[in-house]
Amino acid sequence: MTEIFSWLPILLSGVKTTVLLTVGAALIACPMALIFGLARLSSHPSLYLPSACYIEIFRGTSALVQLFWFYYVLPHFGWKLDAFSAGVLVLGLNIGAYGAEVVRGAVQAVPREQYEAAQALSFSRQQTMTRIILPQAFVAMLPPAGNLMIELLKSTALVSMITLSELTFKGQILRASTLKSTEIFTITLLIYFLLSLCISGAVRKLERYVSYAKG
Amino acid sequence: MHFRSSSEIGTLCFLRERLTVNENIFDWAFALSLLPKLLDALIITVTATVMGMALAMLLGLLWAVLKKSKQPVMYWMATTIVEFFRSTPLLVQVYFLFYVLPDAGLRLTPFQTGVLALGIHYSAYLAEVYRAGIESVPKAQWEAAEALNFSKGHTFKAIILPQALPPIIPALGNYLIAMFKDTPMLSAITVLELLQTAKIIGAETFRYTEPLTLVGILFLILSLISARMIRFMEKRYGY
Repeated sequence: MTEIFSWLPILLSGVKTTVLLTVGAALIACPMALIFGLARLSSHPSLYLPSACYIEIFRGTSALVQLFWFYYVLPHFGWKLDAFSAGVLVLGLNIGAYGAEVVRGAVQAVPREQYEAAQALSFSRQQTMTRIILPQAFVAMLPPAGNLMIELLKSTALVSMITLSELTFKGQILRASTLKSTEIFTITLLIYFLLSLCISGAVRKLERYVSYAKG
Repeated sequence: MHFRSSSEIGTLCFLRERLTVNENIFDWAFALSLLPKLLDALIITVTATVMGMALAMLLGLLWAVLKKSKQPVMYWMATTIVEFFRSTPLLVQVYFLFYVLPDAGLRLTPFQTGVLALGIHYSAYLAEVYRAGIESVPKAQWEAAEALNFSKGHTFKAIILPQALPPIIPALGNYLIAMFKDTPMLSAITVLELLQTAKIIGAETFRYTEPLTLVGILFLILSLISARMIRFMEKRYGY
């Protein structure tokens, strides 16, 4: 039992990296999702074709394969990334692609009448988007975006496979030195579970706040 | 693939030459020679996916039924299990099974461990899918079956499930693709699936570009094809 307390500082230093990865990737994923999700809806080929390619490529291949590709293949093309930046970039782009579909779905779910009403009130197209459509779509985006955040947290474990010492990696190191697999991996899983609970709790709070603000 | 004009073919040939001549960044002959090995690995990947999905569908149904249970203990247990499996990383679950099962006296091959982990992880997602399907069947169906003196189990098997399953087929398909894309995690426990094979080729030949790119392309092709098929099924069975 006392052993567990000696492991905790090591695991917690891994948690710090895991959280940094999650936050960093989320900061990339959110703008990517918004830009490419809206571009996907455009009727202009020079906008929707690149965004369709981005979304299909990052959703269609495995996150782990993308990670290996960015870490081992990109240096051949003269773009060297360390494990942390490769992790943040790949996870951000990967979750961003899923997020783009969330944005697209939410914007499409806004009833047509809203566009017509905005037009009748002679809103410009930009005003219609920023004042009428996006605020309504945002409410619908929140629950699936919260799920994606949890997916993001879970996929940070993959970055351990390109040798970044985050939580899973620290767990592996401890297991190799102590051979107490059951205890160490149970604690690791519990820490991830707690982190997910934090995310889903925060999202639920935000949802309540937004639906309250919406009235 | 068909090209619109000869100039496009010209551009492609030019690009190809640039890529091959320019420090051999992408060696086409080498890439082609890797294909048979990678296709063998692809079979393992697909087998793991199909077996994992079969397990997930069975376990998922179990969780869904337990969640419908009126006994609070059962309900509470199933809910906790589902939440826990869903919100912890598959990779750590894979490690857990890989290192803990042998300690508990259960010796499985890495492949079997991987299938077990995939099945358990995705069963948590499928439980929610089943629940949505079961809840989409009108309550009156239960009442009608009761009026006809069907037992509860019989009602579930003969009345509810046949109506609940068709609408969830597209959702099941989406999780099948998601699981397919998660199989590279099994490379962490030395299963010789696509990514692990590519890594071994890379270690042997010191060339990672071709094998890793090919693996990415194989994943992309298969997911795009299956996504098409699911869209077709959505039209057929969807709500």
